[in-house]
Amino acid sequence: MNILSLSWKNIISKPLSMLLSLLLLALGTGLISILLLITTQVEDKFDKNQAGVDLIIGAKGSPLQLVLSSMYHIDNPTGNINLNEFQEFMSQPMARRYIKQVIPVSSGDSHMGHRIVGTTHAYPTLYKAELANGKLWDKKYEVTIGSVVAERLEMKVGDVFYSAHGVGGEGDMHEDKPLKVVGVLKPTGSVIDQLLLTGSETVWGVHEMEGEPIDSASREVTSMLVFCRNKFGVLTIPNLINKQTKMMATSPAMQTARLYELTGNGIDVLRILAIIIISVSGLSIFISLFNSLKERQYELALMRVMGATPLRLFFLVILEGVILAILGYLIGIGLSHFAMYLLEGSLEESYQYDFSSSLFLVEEWYLLGGAIALGFVAALIPAIRASRTDISTTLTRG
Amino acid sequence: MLITKNVSYSYQSSSDVLTFPDINCKSGEHWLLLGQSGSGKTTLLHLLGGLLRPKNGSIQIGDTEIQQLASAKLDQFRGKNIGIIFQKPHFVGALTVEQNLQIAQYLANEPQDKSRIQSLLDSLNLGHKLKSKTSELSEGEKQRVSIARALINKPEVILADEPTSALDDDNCTEVLKLLETQAKEQNAILLIVTHDTRLKDHFENQINLV
Repeated sequence: MNILSLSWKNIISKPLSMLLSLLLLALGTGLISILLLITTQVEDKFDKNQAGVDLIIGAKGSPLQLVLSSMYHIDNPTGNINLNEFQEFMSQPMARRYIKQVIPVSSGDSHMGHRIVGTTHAYPTLYKAELANGKLWDKKYEVTIGSVVAERLEMKVGDVFYSAHGVGGEGDMHEDKPLKVVGVLKPTGSVIDQLLLTGSETVWGVHEMEGEPIDSASREVTSMLVFCRNKFGVLTIPNLINKQTKMMATSPAMQTARLYELTGNGIDVLRILAIIIISVSGLSIFISLFNSLKERQYELALMRVMGATPLRLFFLVILEGVILAILGYLIGIGLSHFAMYLLEGSLEESYQYDFSSSLFLVEEWYLLGGAIALGFVAALIPAIRASRTDISTTLTRG
Repeated sequence: MLITKNVSYSYQSSSDVLTFPDINCKSGEHWLLLGQSGSGKTTLLHLLGGLLRPKNGSIQIGDTEIQQLASAKLDQFRGKNIGIIFQKPHFVGALTVEQNLQIAQYLANEPQDKSRIQSLLDSLNLGHKLKSKTSELSEGEKQRVSIARALINKPEVILADEPTSALDDDNCTEVLKLLETQAKEQNAILLIVTHDTRLKDHFENQINLV
């Protein structure tokens, strides 16, 4: 028996009061925690997947859609660009001056929900992908798959499959053109894990009609990932592209910033809501402790008689507030990580990323600190009053 | 021993000063402080228990002059050396009988001794109520538990405020015997403050408060 166990016993002797305070605090901290988990992981993935790409050149349309589809492989592609037109553009001295490297990206097909991307070996290199098994594609119709694809679809080197048109896997299967897995990549933590990579020629080959090869004049890719030599390039090239050609160039950095801005409002509202809930929970702890003082005035005076100093009574009440706060926090964190675990599956489908429920952030420690501070502040006035109990007056009263 | 000299007290709300006769008790003595309502007997008891500070004078328990002790030291001293039984029994509601006694030991910085608790409760016929919540006790049981609580740390002085006033003659004798036996066992000073004249014949040492 000590002050800590007495605090605990006092808390559970009023179960409904305790439940209310815990519920509110759990709700508030849980909400903040899950917002943190989701936004941090989304931002992480977006940053990782940008991999230093300065511009994306693709068909005219929504710049945001271009970035989402060509870089993050969410959302539908905006259309295709003609390879010849692009090469004509690249032959200009201005273009060569500012552009260091381009990587073609052809998307539009998929296999069992995972996208097939036609590109060059520079693409896996960009994401520092290493081979776990086999090799990178060489010949037409050879495919190297990402780690999540291998795991989910249980595919390995040597497997043969058919691609389907469309990114959702609902389109017609290209049943005459079997594709063969020749390599599996190690996990990279980027979008590559969820993709099936192959050469651009494979994508062209798959779409060719019987015996009618696509001639080089009408060869298309979905987009080009562009690396510039300097900042001027990032500003100048889009202007040139937009004015001189039928293509569009956009900066993924700017588009993601815009995306954060758009969603930021929604997240801010949720954050404010969470703070309101937490404040109300603090209030409920305060009210329940304050009310309890009247009920236990005699027992507080008695404790003084038994040898408790005013400071001890102060700590008793403070502990009651802090214990409630910590408990509420733990329940909230438990709930949010559990909710994350439930959401993992559906988030992954929408965003093509691996979300983790077992990730614990530094911010969640700050949240704990905040919860403890809340408990302390809520209990402060009741604790001071308790410590000021006048023994004689109280015990003469009753 | 318990010795007071020239003790006086004034309530904050009035300028009236209450003066009390000097008291001189040796270890093991049993004293009765008789006085009518309003004679200040509860105030005197609270002064002796260190719950109030006197305006003037000294109160000595053992070798210590308690009016000189700083607040925290006074609390500690009281927990260890003075057992007070109040008119109405009060307990820590969230705790069982046993835990109430444990916390009395804890707050006085005494070791928590469950066997002592058990034997004390047994001697008061409460052994079977060890794990009961205090709210489940009868009035008589409550009073006996509060006596146990006052005695648990083997105090030098036991102060009782109107322990028999609400009781019928039989119970009055019971409680009196209880207090005297327990006090004798610990060789403690027993000081009962009351207006109950039934107790007059039981005490050798008496002080009348006017």
